[in-house]
Amino acid sequence: MSGHSVEEIRKETRVYVLVFVALAVLTLVTVGVSYLHLSFGAAVALALFIASIKGSLVAAFFMHLISEKKLVVAVLVLTAIFFVALMLLPVGGYLGRLR
Amino acid sequence: MQIPYTVEQRPDTGLYNAKLGVWLFLASEVMLFGALFSALILLRTGAATWPHGYEVLNVPLATMNTMVLITSSVSMVMSWAALRLGDFGRYRKWMGLTFVLGLVFMVIKSIEYAAKFEHHLYPSHDNFMATYFTLTGLHGLHVLGGMIVIGYLLGPGSKMWKTEPERFTNRVEVVGLYWHFVDLVWIFLFPTLYLL
Repeated sequence: MSGHSVEEIRKETRVYVLVFVALAVLTLVTVGVSYLHLSFGAAVALALFIASIKGSLVAAFFMHLISEKKLVVAVLVLTAIFFVALMLLPVGGYLGRLR
Repeated sequence: MQIPYTVEQRPDTGLYNAKLGVWLFLASEVMLFGALFSALILLRTGAATWPHGYEVLNVPLATMNTMVLITSSVSMVMSWAALRLGDFGRYRKWMGLTFVLGLVFMVIKSIEYAAKFEHHLYPSHDNFMATYFTLTGLHGLHVLGGMIVIGYLLGPGSKMWKTEPERFTNRVEVVGLYWHFVDLVWIFLFPTLYLL
């Protein structure tokens, strides 16, 4: 349990509301962009870019990673490395087939 | 014997045990969903044809569900903040709202599934439907699991507030981390399955 003051916690709750508004707006932007019928590559890049911003907001503020201990960040960095490797396996195969 | 480090931080990790535990669990969850996303990329890039999600799936319903889950994340974090302010009554309201929103998500998901079954679209139909049902089904199970724990923390589990308020607040924080992760997974599932 944090030793934050009442004022600090109230300030945090105001940030949560702002993050919520940002997430809602970005959701509508994601849906709106899908109606533009961009090329597949551009659509994927844009959709994942917006999703990454939304995901970062959730992780940073709702999961309070922004002020989390180094050990948690280290665990997540290690996880991210393995996750990226997992994503690159099929992408690498696909690019190899294109050659 | 008392369970150690439920409230105070372990000197070597700087965290109470449950918090480190849930982060390690979430790391394993990243790899679980990562494996399925990886399989989706493999199937999609290897397929001669693949339908656009928006042609087969119900985008307005899924958008609504995205909003529901985002709202439930805010209500979850608000319930934790209420406990940190020592306001148990407000905690119950926010946590109750989180539970209801989880239920709404599941009802909307059921409507979506029922519509697919009505059109004879089952996981066996093609690779797209198999991927859709596997990913959303696993995610739905996570929502259901979270709701069971939330229900416990609203009901019998909430008695701990009277005896060990700090430990109870930490429990809510840990469940919140799990719930936000479930929201985070949906944030990536939604565009990947429905909009591309």
